[in-house]
Amino acid sequence: MSLTPFRVPIVPELRKSTILSLIAKGLRIEERDLYTPRLIKIEAGVVERAEGSAQVQLGKTQVLVGVKVDVGTPFKDTPDEGVIAVNAEFVPIASPMFEPGPPDENAIELARVIDRSLRESNAVDRKSLVIIPGQKVWVVHVDIYVLNYDGNLFDASMLATMAALIDTRLPDYEELETGEIRLKEEKKTPLQINKIVTTVNIAKIGDYLIVDPNLDEETVADTKLIVAYDHEGNVVGIQKSGAGSMTREEILKAIDIGSKAARVYFKSLEEALGERLPVKIG
Amino acid sequence: MAKATDVKLIDEFGRRHDGRLPEEMRPVSMRINVLDNADGSALVEFGRTRVLAAVYGPREPVQRFMILPDRALLRVRYHMAPFSTAERKSPAPSRREIELSKVIREAFEDIILVKYFPRTAIDIFIEVLQADGGTRTAAVTAASLALANAGIPMKALVAGIAVGKIEGVLVLDVDEVEDGVGEADMPVAAAPDIGKITLFQLNGVLTKEEVEKGLDMALEAIKKLVELEKQTLVEEYVTTEEV
Repeated sequence: MSLTPFRVPIVPELRKSTILSLIAKGLRIEERDLYTPRLIKIEAGVVERAEGSAQVQLGKTQVLVGVKVDVGTPFKDTPDEGVIAVNAEFVPIASPMFEPGPPDENAIELARVIDRSLRESNAVDRKSLVIIPGQKVWVVHVDIYVLNYDGNLFDASMLATMAALIDTRLPDYEELETGEIRLKEEKKTPLQINKIVTTVNIAKIGDYLIVDPNLDEETVADTKLIVAYDHEGNVVGIQKSGAGSMTREEILKAIDIGSKAARVYFKSLEEALGERLPVKIG
Repeated sequence: MAKATDVKLIDEFGRRHDGRLPEEMRPVSMRINVLDNADGSALVEFGRTRVLAAVYGPREPVQRFMILPDRALLRVRYHMAPFSTAERKSPAPSRREIELSKVIREAFEDIILVKYFPRTAIDIFIEVLQADGGTRTAAVTAASLALANAGIPMKALVAGIAVGKIEGVLVLDVDEVEDGVGEADMPVAAAPDIGKITLFQLNGVLTKEEVEKGLDMALEAIKKLVELEKQTLVEEYVTTEEV
């Protein structure tokens, strides 16, 4: 069941009118223009125990993603593909609005949007995750951990997910006579990454569209459009998220604006990962 | 999605596996007033997809913490009957159903005149009786009818439909077979009388031009669906199927 949110943060009227009057002048409260994301910091390999990990700061929003892999059975309808499972936890340390408990609809939506964007773009080659066709495959668990919430969890989580997947190394293994797979300590095989994918969160505030809203902006926004792009410029997923509506023209404009902001995100991944980036970003 | 199969889904004459042309939707039928207890209800069919919606309210919220001082609170549940799918679906809410309940609720937050009913709850309960693709958009269409049937004031009527891409061709109103092998599925819901798009998702890969073309195909169809809704509200039952 989905309910109209009743625990929304209160943005003081004064701050709200400041946000709106700045946007009308093409400015933001964090001294940036409408279409530029906040400062981005990406660090890969931050949790040694995980097969892959990354921490991302997008302004004051902080997200940690850990990738754990294990051996499992493939889905019946895709016997020749490995499994990627995305989960998001809005842990209560991240915000006074987050409560302990199972993922709520926002966490589920976030995880599913990221999961679909990766799946549909074939960003991670799932066929390369097969150990014994039809029987044993790698199951890649992507766990998104929000550490500090200041809006736009979509883009921060997608950046961290992408960096963590690039950082991931599969364990060496041996196949026992019994057919069992025994994992070794060493981890060196990277995942086969076909595409770099990023989302761009575009908020609609009044008649304006802005990229990467912070929490105050998200709170006063009418609605948001999250558009996922691959590094070749294709649209690989879209989600309207939020109570309001958009016009046809606003949606098309948002997709255009987003494709430019996506370059900024790709650039940050390139800077953070350098040579480890498996594809060339044009 | 994007699975290789041997099945041809578009034949040499440009027809789809069920004989439809790319821009053709399935036979649609709409009926209101199908449930006695609900304040408003509707049954909507797109081909074999069959969705029932019931609206209760505005009424006192079940729990006090759900009271909003300045508006009505919306509660939406999208739920699939265990027998609605090829393999039995567990009746426990899945992650998919939780997400769809959210996007369907968000398709009506800006449509229902919630400020007229402070401190109340409006409940929209949706049961998918049979799933053959396009259940979320059929759900939005049924919910719009059920809300109108309940007499709840709205800015405009809403309807939904999905556009897919199969074998490189954009097609309207994808069914389950097409969705299973297609390259993209883009559900859209809109209130065409006021130019608002209230639900918009894309699962799959499209160019920007394809998104634009697909969106226009969907909006064109939604206009027709809203006209059918209006006719249904007058006549109680409407079908596009030839009798």
